[in-house]
Order: sequence, then C-alpha cells, then structure tokens
Amino acid sequence: MAAEVTLNKPKRSIWDGGQSPFKASYGKLMMWFFLLSDAFTFSSLLIGYGYVRFSLPAYEGSLDNYAASQEVWPVAEMVFDAVPFLHGVHLPLVFVGIMTFILILSSVTMVLAVEAGHRMDRKAVVKYLLWTIIGGVTFLGCQVWEWSHFIAGTEEGLLLADGTRLFGANLLENEYGPQLFANFFFFITGFHGTHVLSGIILLFIVFYNAAVGTYDRRGHYEMVEKIGLYWHFVDLVWVFVFTFFYLV
Amino acid sequence: MAHHEENHDIVVQPANKEHIKKIWKTALILAAVTALEFLLAFTMERGPLLISIYVGLTIIKAFYIVAEFMHLRHESKTLIWSILIPTIFVFWLIVALLMESDGGVPNV
Repeated sequence: MAAEVTLNKPKRSIWDGGQSPFKASYGKLMMWFFLLSDAFTFSSLLIGYGYVRFSLPAYEGSLDNYAASQEVWPVAEMVFDAVPFLHGVHLPLVFVGIMTFILILSSVTMVLAVEAGHRMDRKAVVKYLLWTIIGGVTFLGCQVWEWSHFIAGTEEGLLLADGTRLFGANLLENEYGPQLFANFFFFITGFHGTHVLSGIILLFIVFYNAAVGTYDRRGHYEMVEKIGLYWHFVDLVWVFVFTFFYLV
Repeated sequence: MAHHEENHDIVVQPANKEHIKKIWKTALILAAVTALEFLLAFTMERGPLLISIYVGLTIIKAFYIVAEFMHLRHESKTLIWSILIPTIFVFWLIVALLMESDGGVPNV
C-alpha cells in the first residue's frame, strides 16, 4: 500500500536530491542552454550588422529610380527580387517569402512528429520527420539558388568610375552596395544555412533511429523532442534574419 | 532475443485532436503575421514607424515559436525564467549598442 511505503521511507527535504527543479530531462535542459548560447552568437552577428548598417548612409528617395551605389546601404527588396524560372521579372521578396513559408511548414511537421512521439506512434513519427527533412532540404536548395544568383549578379551590373562594369558580389567586391552588405549577407545567411544543414543531418539520424525502432525499444521518443527544439530554433533565427536582413 | 518481447508492450495512443488543432492554429498565426509583414513592405513608407512595427511583429512570431512550438510556455517556471532573463539582457545589449554607437539610429 502506498501509505506503508511512505511510512517506511525516511522523510526527505527537497534539498536531499532526487528532485528535478526544472521538471525536464538532462538532455532537454542542455539543448535549451545550448540554444541560448547559440542565440548569443546570432545576436552578436546581428549587432555587428546593425552597427555597420546604421553607420552608413541609407538610400533616400523613391524606389522608382533606384540605383545601386557602393556608398549607400541598399534597399533589400531591390536586391532580392529574383525568382527561379522567372528571369528578369521584378518580384521583390517573393522568393524569400516562399523560403520563409517552407521553413514554417517544416516546423509544423516537426511539432507533429513530437506529438506523435508522445503517443508512441512510430509510423506517424517517421512520416512527419521525413516531411521535416524534405522541408529542410528544400529550404537549403532555395538558399543555394539565392546565393548563386547573388554571386552571379544582375544583367546590367554596376557601372564603376573607371568605366568597367561589376557583376555580382563576393567577399572582395559587391555590385549591390557597400562591401560589408555582401559580407554580412554571406556570414549571416551562411551561418544560418550551416545550422539548417546540421539540423538536417541530425534529423536524418533521428529519422533512421525511429524507423528501425530504436526509440520503441528505449520506451520513449525524447530524442525527437530534443531535435525538435533545435529545429524550431533554426526557424526562430530565420524569423529574425528575414526581418532584419530582408524587410527593414 | 529479449528486445522482441518489449516491442509488444507498446501501446499507440490515438491522436490528440485538440493538440493538433492548436499546432495548426499557431502555424496559421505565424503565416498570417509573415503575410502582413510582406504586405507592409509594399504599402508603407520606409522609416522608424515601419521598423518598429516589424520589430513588434517579429517578437510576436518569436513568442509563438518559443512558447508553442518549443513548448516553453508549458515548462516549469524556473526553466522559463532561466531562458527568458538572459534573452532580455541580450535584447537590452542590442538596443544599447545600436543607440550608443557613433552611427546611431538616426532621429528615432
């Protein structure tokens, strides 16, 4: 009987151990604190970006006669206006909007996988993890396209003072605006993309383990929850990158 | 093989309709806020007001992702605060550095 068991046990205070003050497992807690430290890293990148951006003059005037200049911070919607298969059509921010929706959707399938894990529903976990991986790979593919387009440059390029034309951007030259604009684009979206890539690799490992029944044998699907936390964090960072790099 | 025995104990519970509905509701809010941001990019004049609106909307989206998708809202209070307090300090740092830096945010 329960009453007998408690009588036989010595009285314990909460300081005697055996209590979990956060009511979360060790693995989940460590994932949270890792993500917190990762948030600091991304914050430092965004602080650097903000500082440089506001140190340089912003573009003033109407967008109708917008022209890129290496002295003036560009307007993002005039730089990122290309969509695959629609060459030469001015579609500002459409492609990056599609990328945002893909990432949000992959976050949704991730929560659905976690929910299925709580119910020990292996088939549903495997299905939703696969959708999440597909979403992640699609996002990464979009980013590859975005980068290659950014690096290759526009049709007209930028007319330089010496009469030559500059096409595209890399870490040494940039047709869209000040050099640091390109550098921050590569570093911030690249650092985020690296997170997406490692997220996909981790998701694939969890997907494989779930499919072969490792978590069924273990008796819980906590690994899906932990990788879910990481994946949502990647989505969260993108929300900030989308606002501060593309919208503002 | 001992493992085979354990496999038979697994009971798959039926899907929690309420919970799944909530997940899709959160997703809908995120999509709607993103669509609104998108709309504002083409209808509003760029300036301090639009930037403030964007920051506000971004914080709303961040709240829904962290609270619902990452489930932080339903964790213990100690965990919520140990994540939230450092984050608040970082926000303070970002605002302080941007305001105090030489370039500064002009005329906000």
